[in-house]
Amino acid sequence: MSTTITEKVRASLGKRYAREKRFRAYGFISIALSLMFLVLLMFNIFSKGLPAFSSTYIKLDVTLDAQTLGVTADATPEQLRTASYNSVVQKGVQALFPAVEERKQKKALKSLVSGDAQYELQRMVLADPKLIGTNQTVWVLADDDIDMFHKGYVDRTAPEADRRIKDFQLVWLDKLEAEGRIDSQFNTTFFTRGDSREPEQAGILSALMGSVYTMSLTLLFAFPLGVMAAIYLEEFAPKNNFWVDFIEVNINNLASVPSIIFGLLGLAVFIQIFGMPRSSPLVGSFVLTLMILPTIIIASRAALKSVPPSIREGALGIGASKTQSVFHHVVPLAMPGILTGTIIGMAHAVGESAPLLMVGMVAFIVDVPHGITDPATILPVQIYLWADSPERAFTERTSAAIIILLAFMILMNLLAIVLRKQFERRW
Amino acid sequence: MNTLGILLTLSVLAAFSYYIGRKRSLALATPAKRGGNNLHSLPGYYGYLVAIWCGIPALIILLLWSVLSDSIITQMTLAHLPTELQNQSGDQVSLISNQIRNLVANGIETATDPAMKVAAEEYSRLQGISNMAKTVVVLVLAIIGFAIGMRFIKPTTRARNQVEHVIQYVMILCAAVAILTTVGIITSVLFESIRFFGQVPATDFLFGTHWSPQTAIRADQVGGSGSFGAIPLFVGTLLISAIALLIAVPLGLMSAIYLSEYASPFVRAYVKPALEILAGIPTVVYGFFAALTVAPFIRDVGAMIGLNVASESALAAGVVMGVMIIPFMSSLSDDVINAVPQAMRDGSYGMGATKSETIKQVVLPAALPGIVGAFLLAASRAIGETMIVVMAAGLSANLTVNPLEAVTTVTVQIVTLLTGDQEFDSAKTLAAFALGLALFVVTLILNILALQIVRKYREQYE
Repeated sequence: MSTTITEKVRASLGKRYAREKRFRAYGFISIALSLMFLVLLMFNIFSKGLPAFSSTYIKLDVTLDAQTLGVTADATPEQLRTASYNSVVQKGVQALFPAVEERKQKKALKSLVSGDAQYELQRMVLADPKLIGTNQTVWVLADDDIDMFHKGYVDRTAPEADRRIKDFQLVWLDKLEAEGRIDSQFNTTFFTRGDSREPEQAGILSALMGSVYTMSLTLLFAFPLGVMAAIYLEEFAPKNNFWVDFIEVNINNLASVPSIIFGLLGLAVFIQIFGMPRSSPLVGSFVLTLMILPTIIIASRAALKSVPPSIREGALGIGASKTQSVFHHVVPLAMPGILTGTIIGMAHAVGESAPLLMVGMVAFIVDVPHGITDPATILPVQIYLWADSPERAFTERTSAAIIILLAFMILMNLLAIVLRKQFERRW
Repeated sequence: MNTLGILLTLSVLAAFSYYIGRKRSLALATPAKRGGNNLHSLPGYYGYLVAIWCGIPALIILLLWSVLSDSIITQMTLAHLPTELQNQSGDQVSLISNQIRNLVANGIETATDPAMKVAAEEYSRLQGISNMAKTVVVLVLAIIGFAIGMRFIKPTTRARNQVEHVIQYVMILCAAVAILTTVGIITSVLFESIRFFGQVPATDFLFGTHWSPQTAIRADQVGGSGSFGAIPLFVGTLLISAIALLIAVPLGLMSAIYLSEYASPFVRAYVKPALEILAGIPTVVYGFFAALTVAPFIRDVGAMIGLNVASESALAAGVVMGVMIIPFMSSLSDDVINAVPQAMRDGSYGMGATKSETIKQVVLPAALPGIVGAFLLAASRAIGETMIVVMAAGLSANLTVNPLEAVTTVTVQIVTLLTGDQEFDSAKTLAAFALGLALFVVTLILNILALQIVRKYREQYE
């Protein structure tokens, strides 16, 4: 009898081992697929976004003569500010291609350079009024379509009707290229300006400052609140008390409430009832604070729990009060864990956008916000806004903004990892 | 002074009181050799006591004042309005008060209506008085508090115990914020929803199959009746979530099994954090990727095999959302699989089972409740996810289960209804809160269920 069972088992072994191998392969494939998606995502974002860190400039020879500008030699700064730089730019561009006569082509010629060119000249003249009457060679920002062409996104072989750059413009651009009048330089605009309707002039500075304000406030509110709550629940709260249990149930549930619900809360309570300023970093940080509190509390409690009782007993044994033992001994030892939890919560908040759409931080913000009650937007919301714009150049800038955002998140997570590695104690 | 200035002054005052209080108590104490006038507590605690007396009452008044002053000033301004403006419905009055506030913010000279101009001037005058009074009251209160605190500096005062009591209460307050948040969410969402159901019957909302929230702003406008049947939204949400879970559950679960049962510690140490990067990527990035890369890709593939795929198909949003949830699912499953006692695996190996047979017939059944819990949490995550669907799913409320068509979800509609300027009282805006209520209730039930299941399961093996 036993031989037949052994034989049966042996006969089925091949199949069973094959099944084992297959099962293992499924697991491997799952991981590979997930990681492949990660790589794909990163590659996609980086390949789209990296070109945005440079932008195309065109070299113009302009004559800043007083007559074209419409000012006199002894003009006041106010007159200098409102002078007609536009016509100077126009003349400068026309000087590149004096043969162009047709009206439509003249217009196209003007739009080779960005609308920012005249302000660039204005800044130059305001900084040094002596420039009036001189000839200057300036590098001005090119229009976003030209920028896209110069970066190689325009297919020359496509039919002319499908191209944003027409045939006559191609001729011009080739001439400029040959004369060395067109060049890529580092895109400082992207880091020094606010939002703009024109892609080549759009920057992330205002969104970045909005993020900085919002995140600093969030940290300021969430860290003390979260840590104090965690210390109370872990060290002081009476056991088997209805209210304490109720708080714990609440925290656990809040940890998994969809973030958009916090946005509704912010809109209905902070804005409608308390009348706080809409779109401001203040309201945004309130919402984010409530959102990340559970994360901080849960992580801080875990960190406090991992401090062995002997520390508390030692402190109590030499005459410290309960509060002293906790604040002088337990909390400092738990601090690395608490900080790690806080950083993870903050990293979550930095990337969050849905609840902030609800409290109106989705405005078109050109100026850098100057205070916590000014209308502001934040980096993820700026990404959301740009992602909606159809221009190819905005897609590029969206990806670049994502790279900046991801860099922040990676930095924060690295900090958390380093903290954990450096200060983690095994008891 | 503005609130920030007052706060700064207050903290300077508190720091100063700490310093003075500490000094004073030190001066009171005499060494045991000369009569032995011992303090009850360390000098620092006397300092804290004075600082608390100086800071906390003033701080409370400051907070209350800042929160309440605006509505009181508005009431007072409205009371001064001409009577024909006063005898209007609640909506009109709130509109007027908003206009007044805008006037004050944008410069009173811009006012066209003389009555409004007077009101705006009144408002800004009251605001000035209020700010002045706030500064004076708060700072006077701080100084009175300081004086009271100083009187408590006696060797017999149990300063440490009192300070510790205050600390304890502050901590309780901090912990109670969790309750306040929940109460705030429930009341805000519930109240607005009740107002919504006053205008639109609940049955129409829950069982209606047509969603077009455009209500007419003026009575004579055409085509703006607005219908609020939420069934298409619920179906759309479920469809996208189902696609997401179809991706996330198998991939996440198999990844967890491989990592916990097969992978070497070295592989595990690197692959697990790499997977968790997926969870750390902001959802707006996924949304961008879904809308600009995955959706066109799916549409092109569909066109190649002769299928007509919408450019905002449910499939694209669902797939990307699924990828986002993979690490969530895998780390939760990983935890429960690791919690299955080794003895059970050893028993199975001892009977001659292969590793995969052990996993399938012993480990997974034992871990099943935990995995179900993880599944429910993942589902609640998928239902509540906002940015991916806002960017990659459509706005039109189609009642369909075809993943190649565009559908809309509850969260997308909340965002579209509430972004941009609109009156707060229209059915359109309130509908967003009703949707929020539905979302909150569903995710809450899923979460509670999941936490219960996971807890039950943990008890079994501990």
